[in-house]
Amino acid sequence: MKLAYWMYAGPAHIGTLRVASSFKNVHAIMHAPLGDDYFNVMRSMLERERDFTPVTASIVDRHVLARGSQEKVVDNIVRKDKEECPNLIVLTPTCTSSILQEDLQNFVNRASLISNSDVILADVNHYRVNELQAADRTLEQVVRYYLEKAHKERTLDQSITKEPSANIIGIFTLGFHNQHDCRELKRLLQDLNIKINQVIPEGGSVQDLQNLPKAWFNLVPYREVGLMTAIYLEKNFGMPYISTTPMGIVDIADCIRQIQKHVNNLALNKTFHYESYIDQQTRFISQAAWFSRSIDCQNLTGKKAVVFGDATHAASITRILAREMGIRVSCTGTYCKHDGEWFKEQVKGFCDEILITDNHTEVGDMIARIEPSAIFGTQMERHIGKRLDIPCGVISSPVHIQNFPLGYRPFLGYEGTNQIADLIYNSFTLGMEDHLLEIFGGHDTKEVITKSLSTDTDLTWNYESQLELNKIPGFVRGKIKRNTEKFARQNNITNITVEIMYAAKEALSA
Amino acid sequence: MSNKISDTLTFECETGNYHTFCPISCVAWLYQKIEDSFFLVVGTKTCGYFLQNALGVMIFAEPRYAMAELEEGDISAQLNDYEELKRLCLQIKKDRNPSVIIWIGTCTTEIIKMDLEGMAPKLETEIGIPIVVARANGLDYAFTQGEDTVLAAMAHRCPNRNLLIEKKELFIKDSTIQDLFSFLPLKKKEENIRLKKMEKHSPLVLFGSLPSTVASQLSLELKRQSIQVSGWLPAQRYSDLPSLGCEVYVCGVNPFLSRTATTLMRRRKCKLIGAPFPIGPDGTRAWIEKICSVFGVETQGLKEREQEIWENLKDYLNLVRGKSVFFMGDNLLEISLARFLIRCGMIIYEIGIPYLDKRYQAAELLLLKNTCKDMSISMPRIVEKPDNYNQIQRMRELQPDLAITGMAHANPLEARGINTKWSVEFTFAQIHGFTNARDILELVTRPLRRNDNLEILGWNNLIKKEII
Repeated sequence: MKLAYWMYAGPAHIGTLRVASSFKNVHAIMHAPLGDDYFNVMRSMLERERDFTPVTASIVDRHVLARGSQEKVVDNIVRKDKEECPNLIVLTPTCTSSILQEDLQNFVNRASLISNSDVILADVNHYRVNELQAADRTLEQVVRYYLEKAHKERTLDQSITKEPSANIIGIFTLGFHNQHDCRELKRLLQDLNIKINQVIPEGGSVQDLQNLPKAWFNLVPYREVGLMTAIYLEKNFGMPYISTTPMGIVDIADCIRQIQKHVNNLALNKTFHYESYIDQQTRFISQAAWFSRSIDCQNLTGKKAVVFGDATHAASITRILAREMGIRVSCTGTYCKHDGEWFKEQVKGFCDEILITDNHTEVGDMIARIEPSAIFGTQMERHIGKRLDIPCGVISSPVHIQNFPLGYRPFLGYEGTNQIADLIYNSFTLGMEDHLLEIFGGHDTKEVITKSLSTDTDLTWNYESQLELNKIPGFVRGKIKRNTEKFARQNNITNITVEIMYAAKEALSA
Repeated sequence: MSNKISDTLTFECETGNYHTFCPISCVAWLYQKIEDSFFLVVGTKTCGYFLQNALGVMIFAEPRYAMAELEEGDISAQLNDYEELKRLCLQIKKDRNPSVIIWIGTCTTEIIKMDLEGMAPKLETEIGIPIVVARANGLDYAFTQGEDTVLAAMAHRCPNRNLLIEKKELFIKDSTIQDLFSFLPLKKKEENIRLKKMEKHSPLVLFGSLPSTVASQLSLELKRQSIQVSGWLPAQRYSDLPSLGCEVYVCGVNPFLSRTATTLMRRRKCKLIGAPFPIGPDGTRAWIEKICSVFGVETQGLKEREQEIWENLKDYLNLVRGKSVFFMGDNLLEISLARFLIRCGMIIYEIGIPYLDKRYQAAELLLLKNTCKDMSISMPRIVEKPDNYNQIQRMRELQPDLAITGMAHANPLEARGINTKWSVEFTFAQIHGFTNARDILELVTRPLRRNDNLEILGWNNLIKKEII
């Protein structure tokens, strides 16, 4: 048992549901107790999704506990098949249901005989993997299922497209700025004259998965989800993949050079040259390189920063801060413990120390000890920063609704470099402004604006009503006090009791 | 599936495939209510993830609750439950020093049959902090019923009301007053009359967790009718739990407290006052009247008071009159809210509700029925354990003016041009008593007011395909 208040990565089934609900026309059925369908709320609220989340629960209740699910799961699958006609139904176990050790595979086999949809059982161990690992695994499982099915039905066409083309693997729902990143990646590939074969899972159709091998190569922008699929495709179809995240000017160039290599390997009578494109973008289109050079950015030299997040974002941001902006990264870390070795290797030489943990109190203690000028982390670090009065830029999940902006905010590609530069610069200047304000005594003098509307001479608040007043949240207390006193004066009352307060509320809210 | 609206209350039961919060969410408001408590949720990552997301910013405010996260070793019994819980509880004692630790059992502890009730008394004596066990799991309960399980468990911890001792105390109090005022016989008499008036009825304990302002508002309303509330379950502090016994009358303030009511009656021998719930001015008046009638007290000025409140609501009533509502059902407040809204002149198509205890809610159901008659409106259908999918199909035909629903469905329904109000807000807003009637209508009318403002733009349907 572990005492825990907060976790960076969610439980395994969330990962599975994120993959399943990202595909078009795929329905997930959770084998779960009442209340575990919280995923629907997150998707509907955070992503502001207009459509009903294609996730339902086959409820585990007392009866199931006593006699097993029996026909219930199969009935639910068949029912969903009729109601929604999905291409694929993914039966998703939860940590509760996995202890029951029911033979879910058997239900899946039975249901797939009756239903028109394909049915699979998400194969994840709830006590060993987290949300991200499960998502990676589920995506691979779905891709494998459809490629093997096509292979069996002899509909698998392994020839590649005439023009260079790519699959983007790992864009999905509730991902940190994933939608914007996807648009930016498409733009980047288009600039390089590379066609997009497929983007999975977001918006993809499972029936098109058999065409994945038609692309010349796979691009896996995020380390956490998609790598397993890319490795599977490489092993079985000889498809090369690029897993360098195109975040930050140096890494984007690196990524493009790898693309160039793969494309030229396959192109028969043509060679592609991307160097001039890289140079043009770096020096003139993206503003980030110039920004690092400008005198504004000089002020950031040697400022201390702390970075924490998922492996992809924390590693990339660390390198951008250290290599591209000359900021001193005192500590960098990730909660992706399963990928710790890779992370250490990536940030070696770019930071003073490395912290790999999924315990937020350790991160908090580290930040308090280092006292950086700015933090780049998750929502948790933002709150740690608030407590310590240190500004924080959010660079990674877990996130809140404000991290699903409506405006275009990619982190990847050349436009991403601009966004990141803004984010970093704004975090630091806010910090400096704050500091200067403190030195010079704040924005203005408070006496002038807090002139109270009520005088304390003619009205008395008795002890109980004062207590009651203090219970009211600070931001409305003043208003309530004024209203009550106004009411009391109108009614010639001088002694304010709790009763008067309520009477005032009733009278004045009309 | 018929959409006919009948003229008797019809009860149906569907598949139970509906969205609601897990009952462990009750820690969110209970830890704030009981100031010296600590809630330990014994469960898995799934429970933790739910709490962390459902509670939003609260989680950053050093809350007095935590997860005892079960790991593989706990599930396969390689680790000793008792030793593990002891280790965590000692740490909690060291860090927070609470007056009570409440263990919340979850689905997982049910399935692996962790004997929380058996371990608690042993550990309690070992570490010297009371440990209350509540099984608020998703196998058995929905959302607000979590509070019910906690309060039912707490009812066992309330001190015993010993009549004899109390009488003696009263006697002593009386004689000291006599001594004090012996030189002023007139005042003494007055004082005695006042005391008598206060003590005229048997002790009354109200149960249900309410924000302290709302609790004192309700106490005050009863005081006006010279009824003294001798305690609340739960109190602001664990150490202030009310004393219970066979002469104590109890009355619920929330519709989801049926287990607590049963426990109070059967185990603590209290007398339950079955009343409608003090939600809306009509409900509040009926609630007070019922309590008064039990104690044989003539109510004073209650009718005028209710009228005055309705008078104040006029502007909102104009907005809601004649509009139709569909409750998808997820928090058990539905019957009371529907009854109030019918009195406001609204039409209710369907009242979805997770669970309906017809005995505990009997008075409320009767009031609902009478309200429908008074307003000459056809009776709504009450659907227990609803099926969200079917409900959405029904909504497609009925096209209600307002759907009161969980957050999982709110945005998709809005995109299809149906006004929605998140049901969860009713559990967190102050909705009890005369004073807060306006707040309910504020919530109910908010989507109507907002969408009235946007109506003119003509962007009601915001999906490509018309699905609903």
